[in-house]
Amino acid sequence: MAMAALAAVRRCRVLLHGAVKSSFRGSPSQPRSYSAGRLSVQERIERKRQAALVGGGQKRIDAQHGRGKLTARERVALLLDPDSFVEYDAFVEHRCSDFGMEADHNKFPGDSVVTGQGRINGRLVYVFSQDFTVFGGSLSGAHAQKICKIMDQAMLVGAPVIGLNDSGGARIQEGVESLAGYADIFLRNVMASGVVPQISLIMGPCAGGAVYSPALTDFTFMVKDTSYLFITGPDVVKSVTNEDVTQEELGGAKTHTAVSGVAHKAFENDIDALLNLREFFNFLPLSNKDPSPVTECHDPSDRLVPGLDTLVPLESTKAYDMLDVIHSIVDERDFFEIMPNYAKNIVVGFARMNGRTVGIVGNQPKVASGCLDINSSVKGARFVRFCDAFNVPIITFVDVPGFLPGTAQEYGGIIRHGAKLLYAFAEATVPKITIITRKAYGGAYDVMSSKHLRGDVNYAWPSAEVAVMGAKGAVQIIFRGKNNQADAEAEYVEKFANPFPAAVRGFVDDIVVPSTTRRRICRDLEVLATKKQTNPWKKHANVPL
Amino acid sequence: MSEMFCFVFVCCIIVSRAQYSTVYDHNEKTFDKILIANRGEIACRVMKTCKKMGIKTVAVHSDVDANAVHVKMADEAVCVGPAPTSKSYLNMDAIMNAIRQTGAQAVHPGYGFLSENKEFAKRLAAEGVSFIGPDTHAIQAMGDKIESKLIAKAAKVNTIPGFDGVVKDADEAVRIANEIGYPVMIKASAGGGGKGMRIAWNDEETREGFRFSSQEAASSFGDDRLLIEKFIDNPRHIEIQVLADKHGNALWLNERECSIQRRNQKVVEEAPSTFLDPETRRAMGEQAVSLAKAVNYSSAGTVEFLVDSRKNFYFLEMNTRLQVEHPITECITGLDLVQQMIRIAKGFPLQHTQAEIPINGWAIESRVYAEDPYKSFGLPSIGRLSQYQEPLNLHNVRVDSGIEEGSDISIYYDPMISKLVTYGATRAEALKKMEDALDNYVIRGVTHNIPLLREIIVHPRFISGDISTKFLPEVYPEGFKGHQLTATGRKELLATAASLFVAAQLRAQKFLGDLRVSNTQQERRSWELCVELEKGVHMLGVSRSGFMTFILKVEIDGDKLEVSSDWNLASPLLTVTLNGIHRTLQCLSRNAAGEISLQYLGTTFKLRVLSKLAAALSVHMPEKVPEDTSSILRSPMPGTVVAVSVKAGDTVAEGQEICVIEAMKMQNSMTAAKTAKVRSVHCKPGETVGEGDLLVELE
Repeated sequence: MAMAALAAVRRCRVLLHGAVKSSFRGSPSQPRSYSAGRLSVQERIERKRQAALVGGGQKRIDAQHGRGKLTARERVALLLDPDSFVEYDAFVEHRCSDFGMEADHNKFPGDSVVTGQGRINGRLVYVFSQDFTVFGGSLSGAHAQKICKIMDQAMLVGAPVIGLNDSGGARIQEGVESLAGYADIFLRNVMASGVVPQISLIMGPCAGGAVYSPALTDFTFMVKDTSYLFITGPDVVKSVTNEDVTQEELGGAKTHTAVSGVAHKAFENDIDALLNLREFFNFLPLSNKDPSPVTECHDPSDRLVPGLDTLVPLESTKAYDMLDVIHSIVDERDFFEIMPNYAKNIVVGFARMNGRTVGIVGNQPKVASGCLDINSSVKGARFVRFCDAFNVPIITFVDVPGFLPGTAQEYGGIIRHGAKLLYAFAEATVPKITIITRKAYGGAYDVMSSKHLRGDVNYAWPSAEVAVMGAKGAVQIIFRGKNNQADAEAEYVEKFANPFPAAVRGFVDDIVVPSTTRRRICRDLEVLATKKQTNPWKKHANVPL
Repeated sequence: MSEMFCFVFVCCIIVSRAQYSTVYDHNEKTFDKILIANRGEIACRVMKTCKKMGIKTVAVHSDVDANAVHVKMADEAVCVGPAPTSKSYLNMDAIMNAIRQTGAQAVHPGYGFLSENKEFAKRLAAEGVSFIGPDTHAIQAMGDKIESKLIAKAAKVNTIPGFDGVVKDADEAVRIANEIGYPVMIKASAGGGGKGMRIAWNDEETREGFRFSSQEAASSFGDDRLLIEKFIDNPRHIEIQVLADKHGNALWLNERECSIQRRNQKVVEEAPSTFLDPETRRAMGEQAVSLAKAVNYSSAGTVEFLVDSRKNFYFLEMNTRLQVEHPITECITGLDLVQQMIRIAKGFPLQHTQAEIPINGWAIESRVYAEDPYKSFGLPSIGRLSQYQEPLNLHNVRVDSGIEEGSDISIYYDPMISKLVTYGATRAEALKKMEDALDNYVIRGVTHNIPLLREIIVHPRFISGDISTKFLPEVYPEGFKGHQLTATGRKELLATAASLFVAAQLRAQKFLGDLRVSNTQQERRSWELCVELEKGVHMLGVSRSGFMTFILKVEIDGDKLEVSSDWNLASPLLTVTLNGIHRTLQCLSRNAAGEISLQYLGTTFKLRVLSKLAAALSVHMPEKVPEDTSSILRSPMPGTVVAVSVKAGDTVAEGQEICVIEAMKMQNSMTAAKTAKVRSVHCKPGETVGEGDLLVELE
């Protein structure tokens, strides 16, 4: 890890050493009539505070702007409500005395991170924002200590932590002190996991060991074109594996939101990202002790959605867009999709029902028929576990033809990964409402928040087909070698390609008219708001990782 | 007499507030069951009257229409084939089977499809089923362009005078021109369309025209014949509705002005016409009736005329069916044309005399289409109506539609969404109502032509009645560009966007029952905002007074606007009062980054609202060139190509199916991201493709 970090940041370190000398401290505008010792404490406080506000100095700020990025403080100002930011540790400085770091011009009040708390739409949040203008945002012991301080307090009071990452990596001059700092943060990330929501917004480089902090948080967002996440940079990749790859291809927003699944969403630029983060924050409860938030809602809870009655195509092999279902059912068509470009055969995200935040999970028939595969299982599982950890009710829309067959999937461990989604739904104790819109075939039927996994309310639309498999495949097995397969298929369709087999057994609670779905869910959520369910005592569960 | 009156049951269309009434007489024994051989709005329109008359209805439909409104509305429905019209709605065998199967006694054909098909009428007659329309003779006579003109001439109906043959010299040309009456159009007979056409307004110009045209006729075509015909300057398209029974009675139900057209398709119609005086109206009406009588016409029909600037009118053709735009005639006459057609088909005589046919008020019809008005005044678009709300909350508005929220506008059928009809005591009233109706019409999921309709009805030339069939190309020579904002309009739009932004910001802070929201922060009362609109950037100050239904004061460039609304952020309609003026806008989209799309006066405007801080910092944001992925279609997954619906050189509409990929026994339709020409096709049916493989390239 150390080597990785070193390699990743080497280049910007070199650049910085040259630049630091000409930073603002040496500028002629500084008053020189006082010697340091004679300054009053008041003046020293003021000067330090002023110095903290400009970070690495105007030149570095200009360079940051030149890269299309905002400074750490500008970002905090955009993220939080006006005048709500309360800064901690503006006077903290690094403690390194090697390689000339002890020199005055190498000390920056606040060091390379801005930390504190503030409000987003009036609700408390802890924030750290790495300052690339100070030593490339590199992580010193002091930098880590500042982050740890706000994380500790966030845990004490139960408020989310948002990290704005923009850092070249470890502070090489500090050696193991820097690595210890990372580990201190990692530990807190893990301790806070499931206690308070943790969100990372990658707004610049984030390389080497540093990537594991965002990876441990609940949501990782990126800024397109100006942010990178990788274990080792392109140079090391070239020397080790002889692959030619650009930073963007290796660890850009597109790679991580569409290919690797490391990041949950990407935004156009810093401003777009921060404004979206504010909106996203409104969906989240403040901690695992807080209920799912309820905002003022103008959308009637009993609104009928006539369009849903004709949405599912008559032919069961025809695709439709599950997002049409979701948008029309949730409040004001407002759906914050998580991982919209990764494993698109499952749709997950946050929405509100009658003002209350809910987590939505839906198979997407439009992509790969909505089948479950490795990536979609993992995507769904992680989202379900977040919702369960933070009291967010889960609404599941099911149209799943089964797990994706094939060697690629089997060799990749679809059994292990598929089990994660099953595990997550089974383990969840938050209100769980499931709507089978069409297919619920085979094991995938069980997985998708079925009644058998403690689903609280399970509905089927009239178009639902709950069966072990599709008619054609089933008939080939049941009537193997027999002739009139077509008749047998018709019989199977008549018997199983409808909601009755599940309904007569009580595996679905009711068959509902699609247009009334919103009204039903809103009422059910009201009933389930007081649901209390606990799993057996355990040190922790053993999810099939 | 009073006893008689008791049997007369007056039934009014409730939603449309008495714009036509079905006066149903129980003494008249009518059909028990009618099959409607059509789809969409006209099928629904016919069924509405049938229901009021107590007649059972049978719908026919293609398989993709199984869930359509007209199917749900009917008492019985029969599937007559797959989606393409040639295999379903034009499939006579299947429709005849449906008639036998359901025992329908009569068929209403609507318009289009089989409505003017004499073969269909014949087959119905052979099986003893009534065709609700004229008999085959009239259909045939009026269906033939040349024959219909001859019959019209014989019935003393004005036809366009002209001469087609060899013209000896210029003097003869002048003589012919004078016989016809100026202006005349001269061209080589062999030249197609308007090619080489010359217009002459006097003898001098006729001689000149003769010289050029005869030279051209000889040199270009080797054919000496010339066509000299009356030139209709600034022609209007005005048509007369007629109603005739099987007993030789016929009435004219006044005119419809249908001049606003694009590509010979009507867009906005009105009744009556601003142009006709009572004498001209009567003359046209009487000629229309005499033509109807000449062909023993029965049922409703329409005689179309071209009318020149001096109110000379000339017969164009006769449509032997119910017209699309019949509702405006119903509005001003109060008659239910469908009911009259059914009565006539059953053999009842007309109930009215010509003197009893009124012109009450004014009616305007806008044809609301799923098409992009910015491309040639309307290229079809398709899609699913994700949200759909007709402006029926307004009085004197009638909407004839056959779709509902969730319906698909598909490539198989006419992209008409509805006919929006407004009615008023005066034309001004009807027009104002149309503005309101268009503003209140919610259509999401498909591109529609409301921007164009909304501009036409407020254009000074339209308002003054100065229109012709060339209206659209004359008014928008560069193509339609949407509403052009005035200075006041711009301020209204900016103030609305800023206010909406503030309302959303305030709402975002309202957490119900949450004790953890800060009490120490002051509620904000003023904002400094930066709003971008059409590349202009405006600084706005917004201040707030009131609490629940707050009023915002917006300051733009020194001007102050007071904005109030109920700020319902869930409603697709946004009703605001701007300095006392009520406006209905529509918020089409709004996102966290401050981007707001507003439909204002019909046209969609994109705005961006940012706080002063965010706006100041946005100068540092990198400029991004959006990658154009709309011209490349890639396979979103591995699968098999089942069908390829296009070939290189084809033009595809946005949303049109390009090919179908099957994966996991599921067919996925790949559609065009824009309207364009197909450059190349890289896949063929049966082929296996991988994820991300190039399928089709557009230009």
